[in-house]
Amino acid sequence: MNVAVRKPVTQVDAGALKARAAQLRGKIIDMSHAAQAAHLASSLSCADVLVAAYWHVLNIDPQTPDDPLRDRFILSKGHAAAALYAVLAMRGYFPIEELDTFCKDGGRLAEHPPANLLPGVEAATGSLGHGLPLGCGMALSGRIKGETFRVFALLSDGENNEGSVWEAAMFAAAQKLDNVCVVVDYNKWQATARSDETLMLAPLCDKWAAFGWDAREIDGHDIGALAEAMQRVPNGSGKPVALIAHTIKGKGVSFMEDDNNWHYRAPTAEEVVKAHKELGLS
Amino acid sequence: MRNAFADELTRLGDKDPRIVMLSGDIGNRLFDKFKARHPSRFFNCGVAEANMMGVAAGMAMNGLRPVAYTITPFVTTRCLEQIRTDVCYHEAPVTIVAVGAGLSYSGLGPTHHSCEDISFLRSIPNMVVICPGDAFEVRAALRAAMQQDHPVYIRMGKKGEPVVHAGSIENFQIGKAITVSDGTDVCLLSTGNMLPEAIEAARKLGGQGISAQVVSFHTVKPLDQACLKDAFGRFKLVATIEEHSLIGGFGAAVSEWLADTRTGNQNFMRFGTPDAFFKQSGEQEYAREALGLTGHQIAEKIIHALH
Repeated sequence: MNVAVRKPVTQVDAGALKARAAQLRGKIIDMSHAAQAAHLASSLSCADVLVAAYWHVLNIDPQTPDDPLRDRFILSKGHAAAALYAVLAMRGYFPIEELDTFCKDGGRLAEHPPANLLPGVEAATGSLGHGLPLGCGMALSGRIKGETFRVFALLSDGENNEGSVWEAAMFAAAQKLDNVCVVVDYNKWQATARSDETLMLAPLCDKWAAFGWDAREIDGHDIGALAEAMQRVPNGSGKPVALIAHTIKGKGVSFMEDDNNWHYRAPTAEEVVKAHKELGLS
Repeated sequence: MRNAFADELTRLGDKDPRIVMLSGDIGNRLFDKFKARHPSRFFNCGVAEANMMGVAAGMAMNGLRPVAYTITPFVTTRCLEQIRTDVCYHEAPVTIVAVGAGLSYSGLGPTHHSCEDISFLRSIPNMVVICPGDAFEVRAALRAAMQQDHPVYIRMGKKGEPVVHAGSIENFQIGKAITVSDGTDVCLLSTGNMLPEAIEAARKLGGQGISAQVVSFHTVKPLDQACLKDAFGRFKLVATIEEHSLIGGFGAAVSEWLADTRTGNQNFMRFGTPDAFFKQSGEQEYAREALGLTGHQIAEKIIHALH
């Protein structure tokens, strides 16, 4: 693929993307189990967004990860690193076997993603509220240099607690960065509590709209709808695009869904087998 | 220093299309020339420094040379995590330019004082810390920063400080201190906007028959080790002078160097601000006097130490 050519809008094959998402969830669960690492539910929650982005929307070539014209995808919710690593490996940025080194001493796959080490990781994230300002800078550099790439930033709902998110939201609107798209993984939970009981997010879509964004709500597990909305950025509104994706934390595994214990818990070997069965993988 | 910065940046911007100016809603009219010549490369980022620093990092990660500018505490401590993670971790060539170092804006009150920023920024890997001593050093430092592929912090005073150098400094090097005047007894290592006070101290010392060398030690990180080796090997007394806390600043960096290199020296003095907020109203001259940081006070303390 040549990323110098703008990727055309194409028919979404939702069935194929769904199968990918099931595989991805299986990988994430395996990694969480092997590393006994936290943030499994947060990773499952955004799996469909990642699949829509990496298998349909993004203008990228894993063989040339530093191509200046590539679309940028910033995992601003860096705690979902397992999901990003699995996606990048499945897309061919590095060997799939390297996923076995997740959280291992001396490896490249830290629990939150470092940049400059792994191809395909655009920025070191994990501290929340950093991805969107970085993305705005990248988008402006594209504008200044006459490069037409797009910037996607995936934010958690808890991340919307951070003031820097709203600084960047106002900045992007003022600069009319219509090639920037935020997807909020709105699973209604943050690390230790319901998000609305922590800092009131609702009405979240209205907030983004009030900050000058072309904001709309979307089913964050409808891969076809996600791919369709994301591939149309910039969408002609002249505004940056916010997709408030309603999701379920722990999506795909019945005994993890909407149970916030899985923000930190890692599955046992038995639970891994059960989860795989539910995902139709075994 | 401030006007020299804006002027030099405009000149550099004419030649280098990578240079982008980000302002934190400060410098009314200061950047009019830059804006007029490079409208697509000037951004008023508003009173939102965390975002400004992240934007600067994102630009630098994509091949530009952004300069992020506002008043010292706001462009350093306010957005310290963005400097650490977005700029320094990614080794993004952002140049952070601060106006109002130390007590330059003493009269504006405690929120505008900045006596901790050197300490914070020099502890971050990949960061270079430059404190120019006059307007010519500001220009030279900015030119040098634009040639770097790494983050640089330039800590300026305000506007209208005395000019020390005779003209443009063509052989300026980051990490290479500049000897302003030669001496044989005492070596005054000054960083940043304290250079005129150091020169005044040397003059007073000269009046007492003590020959003082004055060095503009503009780069606090990396330290000019050759200069330090020479100073501690040759002079009866070496003093560091800065408008910054004695904790973590230039004098502290030299103390670390002394410890790490096992350079024994009894005759080392540090001049800087104490471990306390300056709570009075008053302009910079008043604040310096109150804290014992004027040239004549420095000279008196050195004379006392030598006797």
